[in-house]
Amino acid sequence: MASDKNDLLNELYRLLPRDSVLHETEDLHPYECDGLSAYRKLPLVVVLPETVEQVQAILRLCYAREVPVVARGAGTGLSGGALPLENGVLLSLARFKHILEIDPDNRLARVQPGVRNLAISQACVEHNLYYAPDPSSQIACTIGGNVAENSGGVHCLKYGLTVHNINQLKVVMMDGELVTIGGGGLDSPGYDLLALMTGSEGMLGVIVEVTVKLLPIPQRAQVVLAAFDDVEKAGAAVGDIISAGVIPAGLEMMDGLAIKAAEDFVHAGYPVDAAAILLCEIDGTNEDVSEHILTVHDILKKSGAIEIRTAKDEQERLNFWKGRKAAFPAVGRISPDYYCMDGTIPRKSLPQVLKAIADMSAEYKLPVANVFHAGDGNLHPLILYDANIPGELQRTEEFGGKILELCVKVGGTITGEHGVGMEKINQMCVQFNSVELQQFHAVKAAFDEKCLLNPGKAVPTLHRCAEFGAMHVHHGEMAFPDLERF
Amino acid sequence: MSDLSTILQDSVVDAYRHRRPLQILGGNTKRFYGRQPSGGQLEVGSHTGIINYEPTELVITARAGTTLSEIETVLAQNNQMLPFEPPRFGAAATLGGTVACNLSGPRRPYAGSVRDYVLGVKLLNGKGEILHFGGEVMKNVAGYDVSRLMSGAMGTMGVLLEISLKVLPRADDECTLIMELDEALAIRQIAHYAREALPISASLYDGNRLYVRLCGTARSVGMAKLKIGGDQLPLNDSFWSRINEHTHAFFDSPQPLWRLSLAPYTAPLKLHGKWLLDWGGAQRWLLSDEPAEKIRAAAEQAGGHACLFRNGDREAEIFHPLPAKMLALHHRLKHAFDPHGILNPGRMYKEL
Ligand SMILES: Cc1cc2nc3c(=O)[nH]c(=O)nc-3n(C[C@H](O)[C@H](O)[C@H](O)COP(=O)(O)OP(=O)(O)OC[C@H]3O[C@@H](n4cnc5c(N)ncnc54)[C@H](O)[C@@H]3O)c2cc1C
Repeated sequence: MASDKNDLLNELYRLLPRDSVLHETEDLHPYECDGLSAYRKLPLVVVLPETVEQVQAILRLCYAREVPVVARGAGTGLSGGALPLENGVLLSLARFKHILEIDPDNRLARVQPGVRNLAISQACVEHNLYYAPDPSSQIACTIGGNVAENSGGVHCLKYGLTVHNINQLKVVMMDGELVTIGGGGLDSPGYDLLALMTGSEGMLGVIVEVTVKLLPIPQRAQVVLAAFDDVEKAGAAVGDIISAGVIPAGLEMMDGLAIKAAEDFVHAGYPVDAAAILLCEIDGTNEDVSEHILTVHDILKKSGAIEIRTAKDEQERLNFWKGRKAAFPAVGRISPDYYCMDGTIPRKSLPQVLKAIADMSAEYKLPVANVFHAGDGNLHPLILYDANIPGELQRTEEFGGKILELCVKVGGTITGEHGVGMEKINQMCVQFNSVELQQFHAVKAAFDEKCLLNPGKAVPTLHRCAEFGAMHVHHGEMAFPDLERF
Repeated sequence: MSDLSTILQDSVVDAYRHRRPLQILGGNTKRFYGRQPSGGQLEVGSHTGIINYEPTELVITARAGTTLSEIETVLAQNNQMLPFEPPRFGAAATLGGTVACNLSGPRRPYAGSVRDYVLGVKLLNGKGEILHFGGEVMKNVAGYDVSRLMSGAMGTMGVLLEISLKVLPRADDECTLIMELDEALAIRQIAHYAREALPISASLYDGNRLYVRLCGTARSVGMAKLKIGGDQLPLNDSFWSRINEHTHAFFDSPQPLWRLSLAPYTAPLKLHGKWLLDWGGAQRWLLSDEPAEKIRAAAEQAGGHACLFRNGDREAEIFHPLPAKMLALHHRLKHAFDPHGILNPGRMYKEL
């Protein structure tokens, strides 16, 4: 092993400058986990290439030596996707920081994968353009990571996810070949590999360039904050707004615990005694906003909101959002640890699922703060726990797993935007049956036949599912009818 | 409304066992498109019915043989629509065929394509296994995005059985403005509007005139009308539908009809023939007898691609040839879903 490592290091030094290869334990520590810090592991070595040719050379080497590779952006992922492998290379894209081209006439920006999400919009302001998907982590997370996770944000209800907002990728395959996926127009010949790559969690290739679509900055954006004395009423109001034919730019919900935490942290002016708040943002032309904001106001009143506030200026609008965007760290302040779930459900099941989560919270004696993208039914229950109390993390994970299984049961999914990674690998056995999982493995093999890119993540082996013993509850079919029990 | 999943599954299993190629048939309205089909017919057109539609969820799920006309009628009753405005090319057009061909209409550059609205599919792979991917929720990143991968794959990787789509409310008001311009100016004008956040839902240049369609609340359409100016197309004019369905006079020709997909701001290409620029310049129709290689080279040089949409030699390659490395990847992916190569072989590319 040690000599293997030395051989690998020597070869890496031949390809890269000294400071692009890290292998001393203290240098490896910053890379031991992503945003899901409950899972930690040190990689064999970290490489920090700066050019596409270097990435190609590294992958060629790893391919020949059969060394697994994990790509990493900013490491803000919440499912352990960038968790290193002990025997593997961690390939950081942190030095790919350049915006290569802004094409305002075609409304495109060509950027390197390590560019931060927010930096793209900031660079495009002068052209009155921006990049729409806005994960709450947008000041830190990279566009490469966004593509790998198909990230969303508070504005994806109207503007779509990453998959709807990119045009072209340059990808280095595991054997070191560089391919271009997508194109300059609105579509490209052949299969839709752009869709397949998006959300593939670093399993199919290493993204070395991204061309994103830009949108004109809306003439106006206006946000309404509505407070409710009952979570279910707030949930129902969400459906009422959508069925009135209004598609808000964002429609977010927070429950009492999340409201208090956010208010204490950033002083957004939230009503701290409310059971739930909705933030509903309308954007577009001046005229559309004026009309829709009135419609929304009316609906919220009819749905029983106890207080409705329209942000009086841009400052107040940003303040309303500040509380929401800081919700995770705010919850982090009131509890030693928290565990963020990411199930998505049909909107109509919102009241039922929230009630079930509250019941389980009492049963497990673990408080839950709910923050979510209500407009798309994407829940983020944050389970509060203390990792220093023996057994508590385990109970938390079990509780979290139950929430995800419930999401599948009501017709939803175990992950809306954070990805499966290492974290939800067991729940994949609940959502998919064995033939579906085998199909995923076959797709992976078409890109990476030696299974060296991020192995063990995102798609469980059938063996693992049999050990997990999950009931596949999708569409009422039996789990693994054709699989022997181990 | 009838569920033929088991019958279809039996047929595919049988074809897999005997390595017999199948051509998948929906409403048979897009036979002209792609390469000539071959193999035994697998009729999906009778596998019909809307399985789930809840207007408040903005989702519809239907069997692949359900006609677009049935789906769009039901949506219209609830003041909703398929945002990608699919062409039908015939009354019998099915949902499955529309997704398999990934065909979208004039609204595409402003609202997105078929694949953008696909949320989930149930399909039969080339082994006859029934698989579900995605679902009926707006956000879903569990597993690879196989549903969208099926869009535009022309049935070469799976037989679509059911499809879930996101739908959207219709706008209150609509109006089309017309102005006379030369081509270069029209392209500049479209780019200019696109950066202004105007409520535009289609823009097209026919060689003399620029057509801009507005959609939104009555007030915002009114404001945009003042801003853009020009003449107004009569409200009952079927212009956009004739463009979408290729019944507009432009398409009435036996010449090869090319579809060039380009970045919208691309300057006019120097190819002889008759042009029609839709999708704000991103989809350019060309009626031309120029050699295929010349047309493809010009499209490629401009960063796009060209497809022989109608007429011409249907035995030759129809879609833009793929670089060798890409073609090899396509082969491996096709093999992953259809190991014996029985699903619509040769319909998309000769060797796929
Ligand atoms: C406070 C907080 C708030 C968040 N809010 C949101 C939110 O609102 N919406 C949302 O969707 N997510 C959110 N996230 C999750 C996270 O920020 C996103 O998943 C983000 O896209 C990850 O980007 P990253 O650069 O940090 O990627 P990493 O965490 O480094 O990597 C994520 C995955 O992508 C792969 N990867 C990274 N770069 C590449 C590449 N160039 N090529 C191939 N594979 C690559 C990795 O292998 C890994 O599997 C939040 C996270 C935090 C901590």
